[in-house]
Amino acid sequence: MTDAAMSRQASAKSGGRMKTHGKLIDLCIDVFLFGFSLLMILPLVFLVSNAFKTPQEMLSWPPRIIPSDPTLENFRSVLADTPLPRWIFNSIAFASLSMVAIVATSAIAGYVLAKFRFRSLNIIFILILATAIVPFEVYMIPLYFQAQMLGILNSIWGLLLGYLVMSFGIFLIRQNVMHSIPDELLEAARIDGAGELWIFWRIVLPLLRGALGALAVLAFFQAWTSFAWPMIVTTTRESYTIEVGLALFQTGFTVDLGRLSAASAAVLVPSITLFVILRRNFVQGVASTGLKE
Amino acid sequence: MLQRKRWRFAILAILPTLAIFAWVRMYPIAETLRLSLHEWNILSKNKPFIGLANFRELFQDQLFLTALVNTSIIAFGVLIVTIPTALVIAALIHHRTRSRFAGFYETSVFIPHVVSLVPAAMAWKWIFDAKLGPLNALLQMFGIPAQAWLFDPVLSVICIIVLCSWQALGYAVLIYLVGFKNLPVSLFEAAKLDGASGIQRFWHVSVPLLKPITLYVSVVTLISAFNVYAQAFVLASDSQGAPGRQVRVLVLDMLENSFRNYRVGYAASEAVVLLAIVLVLTLIQFGLLREKGRS
Repeated sequence: MTDAAMSRQASAKSGGRMKTHGKLIDLCIDVFLFGFSLLMILPLVFLVSNAFKTPQEMLSWPPRIIPSDPTLENFRSVLADTPLPRWIFNSIAFASLSMVAIVATSAIAGYVLAKFRFRSLNIIFILILATAIVPFEVYMIPLYFQAQMLGILNSIWGLLLGYLVMSFGIFLIRQNVMHSIPDELLEAARIDGAGELWIFWRIVLPLLRGALGALAVLAFFQAWTSFAWPMIVTTTRESYTIEVGLALFQTGFTVDLGRLSAASAAVLVPSITLFVILRRNFVQGVASTGLKE
Repeated sequence: MLQRKRWRFAILAILPTLAIFAWVRMYPIAETLRLSLHEWNILSKNKPFIGLANFRELFQDQLFLTALVNTSIIAFGVLIVTIPTALVIAALIHHRTRSRFAGFYETSVFIPHVVSLVPAAMAWKWIFDAKLGPLNALLQMFGIPAQAWLFDPVLSVICIIVLCSWQALGYAVLIYLVGFKNLPVSLFEAAKLDGASGIQRFWHVSVPLLKPITLYVSVVTLISAFNVYAQAFVLASDSQGAPGRQVRVLVLDMLENSFRNYRVGYAASEAVVLLAIVLVLTLIQFGLLREKGRS
């Protein structure tokens, strides 16, 4: 008798009581998880709802999720006092350029490091590996002086300097090339007389579409949420990213939570929407960070 | 001949990336190490070599020591809250993979990890607010007096731990979920046949098998928590409204030394201490993994 058959018999013996018991447990787990998930997003839900509340309603207890007297006053006053659209533009431009740079450098370097076996390349790989564990905060001060020497402080180019490459991106692509592109395929193309550049462009890149998509989403969000680097590189109101602008906006005024919520909501809603749309790409990218070992 | 041609392509192709890497990674890292051994006031031209004097001064600097202690408390606090919670939540979500709501669970646990730090911190600033915040209102319903969450030195550390854990949880759950999916199903069937209950299977089969993942997630969580900055900057303003002064953390102290006190060499030596912490954590991880591989 096979294992499966035995287990089937065993479960049949214990009968229907076990089954309803299991169903009840599953229901409890669902209720718990549902409550926990709601708790996790509740702060953000309230943030958005506070953005539409009048100062009087902010004080009311218990807090309502749907404001009884919704107002756009908070948004109007934030837009009048801050260059919020400018900050959002800066963040989008910075994150997009960083995404392009990281995808391009990771794609080519990851491919070369995966499929070409030369000793000199091993040395390069070890160098990249060794710098990967150093957190950005450790070397950002010397990097700041490099940006200063180039005269690109307070600009998108200065922001970009810190986010041109991503060690993890190179590992991700290298791993993907090793697993999903067989040597035979490349050899066959070479025998047919294809040039190396043609192979990369026409064979390798199309096969990497999924991995590159995941990396692109990851890179965009990494730049979009960066804080310490934009904080030191930008010092003029016009050049702030949205993160820095918001963080300094809250210190510049007496704490007015209605307006702070409005400014925050204006940033959160589009980025969460984007995340929910690109969830699969994102999760795939993040999950592969854990698979390195 | 063919081999030579391929080598030339490989080197030419990787050269731009390597050059950028050297320029924005390797050089500044080397420069941090070099500067940490020099006295450099931004305003003066010469940078005399002073050996380890910066480090000697660091460990008598009250502000730095406070920052180091605060940061360590935050990092380990986040670890203690995040890892067990993530393990349990991931186990439950994995158990209910086929549920209609599995996608909802995963997404909502993960959202705090992807939203920008500052807007998310604003949400918590409202929750913890002494006058407007729902936390105090809730406590008062149970007869507990209102607390000045963000202005008390101990409570504000707790607030930062809560905020950081809320954000770190999604990542840990995601990595654990990958781990659960890769566990061998046969072991669970065997345990089931032996009459092990769900909780027993979790505790005696899943948890030991997931040890390498626990180790990995712990190290990643600790390292990112040691770099905490934005959360403290937004949540813990002092009574004059100066951001981040209430709970001094390492990165803040480093940036202040560099850009407010103009002591770049000194700030670089702080960066080296941060690097040392990260290296030790990484080495511990590798060490434990190797030990496990041997046994």
